[in-house]
Amino acid sequence: MAYVVGALFAAAIYMMLRRSIVKLVIGLMLLTNAANLLVFVVAGMTRGAPPLIAEGASVPGALVADPLPQALILTAIVIAFGVLAFSVVLIHRAYEVVGTDDLDQMKDTDT
Amino acid sequence: MRLELLLPIILPLFAGALSLALWRSLWLQRALAVVMTLAMTLAGAWLLHSVSGEGYLVTDMGGWEAPFGITLVADIMAAIMVLMTGVMGLIVTVYSLGSIPEGHERFGYYPLMHLLLAGVAGAFLTGDIFNLFVWFEVLLLASFALMTLGGERAQMEGAIKYVTLNLFASAIFLSAVGITYGMLGTLNMADIAQKVGQLEPEDTGMITVVAMMYMVAFGIKAAAFPLFFWLPASYHTPPVAVSALFAALLTKVGVYALFRFFTLIFDQDVSYTHGIMLWAGALGMLAGVLGAAAQFEFRRILAFHSVSQIGYMIVALALMSPLAILGGIFYIVHHMIVKSALFLVSGVTYRLMGSHELKDLGGFYKHRPGLAVLFLIQALALAGIPPLFGFFAKFAVIRAGIEAGEFVVAGVGLLVGLLTLYSMIKIWAEVFWKKVPDHVTDTDRLTGVVADSSIWLLYLPLILMAIATVALGLFGQPFYTLVEAGAHQLLNPEGYIEAVLGRGE
Repeated sequence: MAYVVGALFAAAIYMMLRRSIVKLVIGLMLLTNAANLLVFVVAGMTRGAPPLIAEGASVPGALVADPLPQALILTAIVIAFGVLAFSVVLIHRAYEVVGTDDLDQMKDTDT
Repeated sequence: MRLELLLPIILPLFAGALSLALWRSLWLQRALAVVMTLAMTLAGAWLLHSVSGEGYLVTDMGGWEAPFGITLVADIMAAIMVLMTGVMGLIVTVYSLGSIPEGHERFGYYPLMHLLLAGVAGAFLTGDIFNLFVWFEVLLLASFALMTLGGERAQMEGAIKYVTLNLFASAIFLSAVGITYGMLGTLNMADIAQKVGQLEPEDTGMITVVAMMYMVAFGIKAAAFPLFFWLPASYHTPPVAVSALFAALLTKVGVYALFRFFTLIFDQDVSYTHGIMLWAGALGMLAGVLGAAAQFEFRRILAFHSVSQIGYMIVALALMSPLAILGGIFYIVHHMIVKSALFLVSGVTYRLMGSHELKDLGGFYKHRPGLAVLFLIQALALAGIPPLFGFFAKFAVIRAGIEAGEFVVAGVGLLVGLLTLYSMIKIWAEVFWKKVPDHVTDTDRLTGVVADSSIWLLYLPLILMAIATVALGLFGQPFYTLVEAGAHQLLNPEGYIEAVLGRGE
């Protein structure tokens, strides 16, 4: 899994460094997925029972899977989806307004 | 459950939802925006009052005890920030009433602004790193939409850079959160701080790596050197009220997060992490001010100056002495007021002469002496002329630098103060003192031939901010005492940890 994460990060950075804004967005997409998977991997994937606590007890009995990373990733996926939807609309509008999809041409606001 | 801790977050969230429901009625949206930002200011003042009495306010959301649930924590710095968020929200709202084009208002300007304020207040108050990430995303999404509202070419180009770099920062932040959780098994800031202190020596290298990831992520959001490139490319593109709100709040959230993390959690390897920040801050000061010197567009000058001012704050954090932290908090408050006021002045000049280019502006001292005074107060405060508020902020940071033996950095700070004055005088000479340029024919608005009925809405916030700048400089003792206590809290994180974790025993 660690190699997958590394490859995803590398691919994302490579895509973000390309000149086309579409590839920029693909890069962003890969980047968020890479970060999500990273959370999953480093938090320690364990194969265990569902994290349910028996009635009356205050700690779970047997080895249970840690539910927290999944909750984090679920939140992060939702956020990433919203942001991604926004960026897709943004590049579409930018393409209409600016008339190019080449990032090198978009330097009116640079100094 | 402390109500004052929740109100600054809940009020704008609620207002955002309500203004969405009132989509068709602009008048109700406007009234709601004024009322809600006023209420948020009052809630912030209440919070600050409680915090200054009790030290820390802590509430576990949903009744899940720390470190398991999400905890909201307010110390003095956070409370000051929340109060300033409310004040800035109110000021910008009043200014927006008179300046935002109706088309923007119809496309959800007010709901977005409420969500932005909610995100900012949440980021200031949370005591949980993943929750901080979520609030960051809330405010980022609102700011993306605010920045692109209107859809002009420059806005689109600026927004692409802004969105890309901020999402990149978010990805780094999320990765850092994941690694932190993997190492320590907790997301609560106080718990992390405690566990980092108990780590085995061979793990401290990894902690430094994580610290650097946080530094890069927050550095991008705070526009610290050398990660500031999105700021001058994007801050001058949206309507001026939005620029002012961004300049007041967005970079400060990054700076606040840096202050929080690098006083509470990552204070083991100070010579390494804070050494990097010291030089990043010093170079940021210099790079920002030199960038501003090369600009001849009102708002771009101000945007570059933000980079330079952020440098002062980072230097203050890097020095890590009580005086420096105090100066840092002073500087944040000072910059929130002054920079947004200057942006708002540029909005008035644009409205009267229809341009942001210095060469197309002129004659304001003759025709609008009141505006000239309002500008001059803020410009001199930015450059650090006594007895204005900015002087004390700058004085504290530079004095702390000299006390710490960092003479080069202190010297850079002084030099940058001088260069700041140069940029401000450039604006003063071009916009206010110069005669109306010959090629400008449409001066009816400037000379008052065409009456502008709603311009008092633009002046009112400026007058309030000028009063604040002067008053905080002349009668700053109570504020100084308060911030001194806040700096003491930041430098002694045991109190924070105790307040969050030690309640049950």
